Amino acid sequence: MSTTTRLASLAALTLALMAGPAVAADTIKIGVNEPLTGAFAASGTYVVNGAKIAADEINAKGGVLGKKIELVIEDNKSNPTEAAAVAEKLITSDKTPVLMGAWGSSLTLAVMPKLEEYEVPMLVETSSSGKITTSGNPFVFRISPPSALEAASFAPMVKKIGLKKVDFLVINNDWGRGAAGDFAKMLKAEGVEVGLTETMDQAAQDMSAQLSKLKSSDADTIMMTTSVDQLTLLFKQMAALGIKKRVITTGGSQNPDQIIAQAGAAAEGTMHLTTFLPWAPEKTPDPAATKYFLAEWKARGHQFAGATESFRGYDGIRSIAAAIEKAGSAEPAAITKAFWDVKMTGLNGPIAFAKSGPEGKESGQSKPTVYLIKIADGAVSEVAL
Amino acid sequence: MDQLLQHLVNALVLGGTYALLGIGLTLIFGIMNVVNFTHGALYTVGAYAMYIAAVGLGMNFFVALPVAVVAGLALGALIEFTLLRPLRGADIDTTMLVMIGAGIVLQSGALWIFGGVAKAVPSPFPDAPLQILGASVSWLRIFVFLAALTLIVSAYALINGTRLGRAMRATFQDHDTAALMGVNVSLIYTATFALGSSLAAAAGALLGPVYVVFPQMGDLAAVKAFAIVILGGLGSITGATIGGFALALAEEFGAGYVSSGYRDAMGFLIIIAVLLVKPTGLFARAERIG
Repeated sequence: MSTTTRLASLAALTLALMAGPAVAADTIKIGVNEPLTGAFAASGTYVVNGAKIAADEINAKGGVLGKKIELVIEDNKSNPTEAAAVAEKLITSDKTPVLMGAWGSSLTLAVMPKLEEYEVPMLVETSSSGKITTSGNPFVFRISPPSALEAASFAPMVKKIGLKKVDFLVINNDWGRGAAGDFAKMLKAEGVEVGLTETMDQAAQDMSAQLSKLKSSDADTIMMTTSVDQLTLLFKQMAALGIKKRVITTGGSQNPDQIIAQAGAAAEGTMHLTTFLPWAPEKTPDPAATKYFLAEWKARGHQFAGATESFRGYDGIRSIAAAIEKAGSAEPAAITKAFWDVKMTGLNGPIAFAKSGPEGKESGQSKPTVYLIKIADGAVSEVAL
Repeated sequence: MDQLLQHLVNALVLGGTYALLGIGLTLIFGIMNVVNFTHGALYTVGAYAMYIAAVGLGMNFFVALPVAVVAGLALGALIEFTLLRPLRGADIDTTMLVMIGAGIVLQSGALWIFGGVAKAVPSPFPDAPLQILGASVSWLRIFVFLAALTLIVSAYALINGTRLGRAMRATFQDHDTAALMGVNVSLIYTATFALGSSLAAAAGALLGPVYVVFPQMGDLAAVKAFAIVILGGLGSITGATIGGFALALAEEFGAGYVSSGYRDAMGFLIIIAVLLVKPTGLFARAERIG
């Protein structure tokens, strides 16, 4: 290689390196860390598609602080190790001042040390393990309900439904075990007996062994916590084993319409705790926003079933944009501080962060509304709480 | 007692499909000596082929099944022809890397074409399960069990009782001698790989309607298949069949009576125990030394 070519390529390289930040300055980047492949691919993709609707809506209205927002979307492969690596990449290489993620509790918990290390805030849109907002990480702001909050919202309903003895069947990770613990505590306080707690691997497809064990238990109800695909399998396998017990699912990742489509009659009578009512937009806290979101979701050709999941991505990005607007700059420290002042109406209730966790290092926790719905005659209806 | 019987029924039904997965892999991994990382992907392809045929094209369930198996057969032949044939004689690591790559391409292809949302294949059988002495089993799973047994017996008969089977065994025992005896060795390689692949696709097509169909479904299936083959001994169809049932029993009873959280660990504990005592697996094929 001649000296001239070498100099020319060096110049080109320098220009390219300079051009990077120059382009970036025109937009405000938001890092999105979601599972797009692996066990939670379906749910993570829904959340990302919801996030895109929010970004486009905000940009159409002129963006934030006079700049367009840009989503930098990365796949964490449903794997905690990857989720931490993705967070590191988004923060250090893409220089995103704020993140949204990471769907699953185990994924989010794996990301959290990175937030502290680089002092970058993250909005948690889906995870429900209590640990996330009680472990003293001041960079975490969560809009989804922790399972203790979900359990508390469900408490008044326990007697009305007539629960006597409850078994648990949960995914074997922070989310599932956390939910079983929090719901068991609430149920005991309500005078309901708590029986077995069975777990299943996140990739498991055959749960006949666990279900056979639950079949011969004397509990009247099984509470289940896992993602939609595993719930579908559970309902089909319950039907095959002839189990006729009351089923209540928690965690808000059930996508009831997908369950109806895939499990059919096996899903009849099941009850689900969810945080969004796309079946009745007029009953949601902000009907106009819900209708806009659902219309846009449909216009983009996404399946209606995904709306119960994707609204979190939509609300998440809107909350982040609100924080950046309040911060007046796209710096991580300013955004972290501004999250505390966010006050807006999300699709599932007011979004405002209350302090949670050890003093001095509190995380932010918003308090969304929790609904109980039931699948009957192949349709979803709300059970009045 | 009810519970014991139920676990036993579950294990039998699950074991049939494990055995099917195992024999498909034992043909390729055990006999051809190709570490086949596309086995899981071919299982997924079989399930998606079933979905396309039964749901997309609206075919009858029982017509869609053979269509899916043929799709697996054709894809297996294609993989052997384009990827493995040029590498014949290359060392086992090279082929292994190529197969890992092919497996990733197939899985990502499925994700790209069909998306991550799981698909369901409707069952033609009644929803109400069959009740036997307090244990329940769905008609679909009984059918899957019987179909798996039929395929296993057919594969056994093909390998041990036909000219093609004899040619296969001869080729992988001594490639050169077989060629000198007039066996079309290239054709045998393709046929064996295609046969193993079609069995993986058959397992996918049978289990797709039992579970749901999604791009990563093959990952777990592949891990189980390798475990079964190692447990049963490389290259032995009888070993893979018994290995399949043994793994299903270990998982089912481990989850039922020890801890459901360690269900998948139970199977591997059994494998470790077997390999400690009999390092070649339960029914290892007699190897020619030298």
